[in-house]
Amino acid sequence: MISVDVKLSRGEFSLQTAFASDSKITALFGHSGSGKTTLIELISGLARPDVGRIEIAGRVLVDTEKRIFIPARKRGVGLVFQDAQLFPHLSVAQNLRFAEFFAPKEGRRLPFARVVETLGIGHLMTRRPGQLSGGERQRVGVARALMAAPRLLLMDEPFASIDVARRTKAMELVELARDEFDTPVVLVSHQIEEVMRLAGQVVMIERGRIVEVGAPEDIFASAREETPSDRFGVGVSLACGEASFDAHYRLTKLHHPAGDIFLPDRVPPAQQTRVFVKAIDVSLAHRPPPDTSIRTLLRGKVVSVAATKGPLAMVSLELKGGEKLFASLTRMAVDELRIAPGGEVYCLVKAVALDERQVESV
Amino acid sequence: MDFLPTLTPEQLTAINLSLRIGFTATLCSLPFAVLVAFVLARGNFPGKTLLDAVVHLPLVLPPVVTGLLLLLLFGRRGPIGAFLYEHFNITFAFRWTGAALAAGVMGFPLMVRAIRLSIEAVDPRLEQAAATLGAPPLAVFFLVTAPLAAPGLLAGAVLGFAKALGEFGATITFVSNIPGETRTIPAEIYLLTQTPGGDQDAIVMSAVAAALAIGALVVSEFLAKRMKIETRGLSS
Repeated sequence: MISVDVKLSRGEFSLQTAFASDSKITALFGHSGSGKTTLIELISGLARPDVGRIEIAGRVLVDTEKRIFIPARKRGVGLVFQDAQLFPHLSVAQNLRFAEFFAPKEGRRLPFARVVETLGIGHLMTRRPGQLSGGERQRVGVARALMAAPRLLLMDEPFASIDVARRTKAMELVELARDEFDTPVVLVSHQIEEVMRLAGQVVMIERGRIVEVGAPEDIFASAREETPSDRFGVGVSLACGEASFDAHYRLTKLHHPAGDIFLPDRVPPAQQTRVFVKAIDVSLAHRPPPDTSIRTLLRGKVVSVAATKGPLAMVSLELKGGEKLFASLTRMAVDELRIAPGGEVYCLVKAVALDERQVESV
Repeated sequence: MDFLPTLTPEQLTAINLSLRIGFTATLCSLPFAVLVAFVLARGNFPGKTLLDAVVHLPLVLPPVVTGLLLLLLFGRRGPIGAFLYEHFNITFAFRWTGAALAAGVMGFPLMVRAIRLSIEAVDPRLEQAAATLGAPPLAVFFLVTAPLAAPGLLAGAVLGFAKALGEFGATITFVSNIPGETRTIPAEIYLLTQTPGGDQDAIVMSAVAAALAIGALVVSEFLAKRMKIETRGLSS
């Protein structure tokens, strides 16, 4: 349980927000300059509110009325900076050991080897941050924050510089931290994809004020009209079974409970594979279309349709087997096909829209 | 290179003394300079401008005035000097330790300036990152700020050392010109120029002073380069 109620003014900018979240992953969503980062600074203890109260899991971190202000180092709030902020004079391993050394002596910790392995940074241990790519640096930043065994993990646009294939894996680590170590996460993002995948609750901020609080599907239904470009970021990652390769057509067929997924070229052999499917690559049909070029047909059920007066609608689906999928359609198509919650549909995915960057072996 | 044998024992004593005073002054004032530089770089308090002005005082005051102030404060009967003598048996007046004190004070503003600039160049968010990981302030300073500011710390130390070697005005006012105790290289040179036929020796000593100063710079350049290799890719 996180509860934040703060006021802060800095020159022209003023922040006045109050929200509470029970969700394991809460997303602070808004445009740059909306006050998301300031809010993160307030929660982590890097900034002091003029007036306010911040409480995390029953522990009061700030209460201006009672003159309580716990300094950043004693908060147990891990922070993943937007640009990682690794110590440039230390190697990757030393950066992680730094966090491990200053982690609270009592309480559970994430094992070093496991963090390193899950984030895929084992081969970077002896390097210095200056010799890493943006994505590698970010992964080390996440690993370092986790090594401090935080009670709450704050992430300021952590995946912005991680490539798509790794992003799913990085997000899985966030989920791992949440599930296995019971660490709640507050994620700052303006990527709907991340928020949709991860967050249970979204706090939408504009110019220092909270505009909306709610489940991601609800929030983005109303936000869609104002941010038409964001539909390109929405998508989900589907877990598929074993792959088979058609040498003649050079196509890989991945087995999924809702249907087979085809994609061009060979993917690295693995027991399990994940494919990232974007909402804009999914079309819907009531029956299997008799003559279509599309080979990938997935069976699912409509969960909700989010549409406003804008041209577009976002359809949330539950695939056979239980996984989520999103389809971005025009509002006209939704109306004409009468797509409504509960309806059984076929989801069509164009194979050429998928490439190996969106596939990863698990 | 046959001037080395021509150095007189007095001159060798002066060189030896100058080096001892230079190292002592630098090493003793460095921690204070780092502290003051850190406070000036990161602090935000009411008396900051005043502190900045006081630190810069030796740079703008005539050295003779600084020497006189030291004599009044640290002399045997001065408030600080008397206290130190009674409680710790430390004497500054007319001792080489006094010369080191004068040299340290004169070099202090230069050291603080260089170190302050290098601390200001360290991204405060790295210190914040360390704090969110649970590191207490002293650990943040020694593990993050100081290593990143190391080239500036070194530059400050070298500047302070060079200044200590060349200090004359405050030293001669505070601790006079006693052979083997406070007669440093500049004092020796000054004396030689006042002595008939001493010009030749004065030039030799000047060359020694120049060689020491250049040597210090070369060593610091070399060390700074090694540090840069260690933190390669710092800015990327």
